[in-house]
Amino acid sequence: MEKRTDKNSYTIIFAVGMVLVVGTLLAYASSSLKDRITTNRELEKQQNILYAMGINENDESNAIFVSTKEAPKLFTEYIKKQLVIQGDNVTEDNQAYLIDVKKEQTNAKAGKERRLPLFIGEKEGVTYYIAPIRGKGLWDAIWAYIAMDENMVVQGAFFDHKGETAGLGANINKRFFMDDFIGEDLMSNGKFVGIKVAKGNADPLNIDKTDNEVDAIAGSTITGDGVSAMLRNELRLYVPYFENLKNN
Amino acid sequence: MGLLSKKDANLILDPLADNNPITIQVLGICSALAITAELKASLVMAISVIFVMGVGNVVISLMRNIIPSKIRIIVQLIVVATLVIIVDLVLKAFAYELSKTLSVFVGLIITNCIIMGRFEAFALANGTWRSFLDGIGNALGYGVILIIVGFFRELLGSGTLFGIPVLGDPIAKTGLYATGYENNGFMIMPPMALIVVGIIIWVQRSRNKALIED
Repeated sequence: MEKRTDKNSYTIIFAVGMVLVVGTLLAYASSSLKDRITTNRELEKQQNILYAMGINENDESNAIFVSTKEAPKLFTEYIKKQLVIQGDNVTEDNQAYLIDVKKEQTNAKAGKERRLPLFIGEKEGVTYYIAPIRGKGLWDAIWAYIAMDENMVVQGAFFDHKGETAGLGANINKRFFMDDFIGEDLMSNGKFVGIKVAKGNADPLNIDKTDNEVDAIAGSTITGDGVSAMLRNELRLYVPYFENLKNN
Repeated sequence: MGLLSKKDANLILDPLADNNPITIQVLGICSALAITAELKASLVMAISVIFVMGVGNVVISLMRNIIPSKIRIIVQLIVVATLVIIVDLVLKAFAYELSKTLSVFVGLIITNCIIMGRFEAFALANGTWRSFLDGIGNALGYGVILIIVGFFRELLGSGTLFGIPVLGDPIAKTGLYATGYENNGFMIMPPMALIVVGIIIWVQRSRNKALIED
């Protein structure tokens, strides 16, 4: 005699029931936790931006953000202006840090004009221009917040990734990699060239700050190339703004 | 083990050595290669799998009499995927930092063949308590190998453990590096994980001849 659970009708009913139960469960979990998750993401952005301009709690070797409790207060304290650059139009918008760079990139591909957020921070009399950028690593998205001075010399950088290989490409968010960018020039002889993550550049201590190169991480060639490409393609878009800045 | 009967204790102890999921059953190799370049990732993965496997085995075991055999693999997959996604959502809401560390492992946990293997081979035919023990045991056996491989790969490949330099500074040439020692860059590549696992299998079988297949 056929078992009850082997019948086609039972199988179908079970499948439908399971989908309903699991679907409801996931939808419920997702919608009830959505607000908290969004808040966490916003706080993370603030922490990242502050980190790039040197407001962090780094110890000797580890990258440590300011606490999530402090972040909103410090963010309003240090970030003086949030700009949205759209072609020649520069507007102020104190929600600019919430602009989704990924969405803007998709819009740009579809022919729409891209909104470029730029955050102007001030710490101890020094002005930082912080740009959020996004690119592709080996497995998934990589992104960064680059703090520059008015000559496009990097003053601080924060990199992060969605799913690069642990121990290899994932190390782009470690200080030994990020700190190398500090002081590197994005320009060369007045032209924008970006910063290349270079293998075998014979400068592992990164003493030469004008070679437009930092030392790559062994075993993560493609993530490194992704970082180079991201810096080149994304920061290039900000060049007109910095040129205007100088001319005025 | 006064708490557990001998039979139950074996459910936990066997997978640690003589029936290890990686070295004997050769399951879960893909994640063992992918994430063992550093010790911390190995440890995080081990803990995540212990959790998913323990809970997953219990859920499957509870459902074992009502799961239609024709679609049982799909049902197992849905159970493990749902568990992992819920855990991920909860972590994102309440332990955001931790969830970022784990994000890369979420996909790897769902596709880990040890989990499906234990659902199919054990939880579908055994009671809840025994399934729970079996899940924990196998996940521990998997975790032990992960941590051993991660230890050697991070130590020999990067000269660090849990990200802390233990052999000196390779660039400034201090500590062991002053003697001319170099990090072996090959250790952090996935092929070396396979070779390290191979060496573990070799050592294990040379000590216990009963494990050698003809």
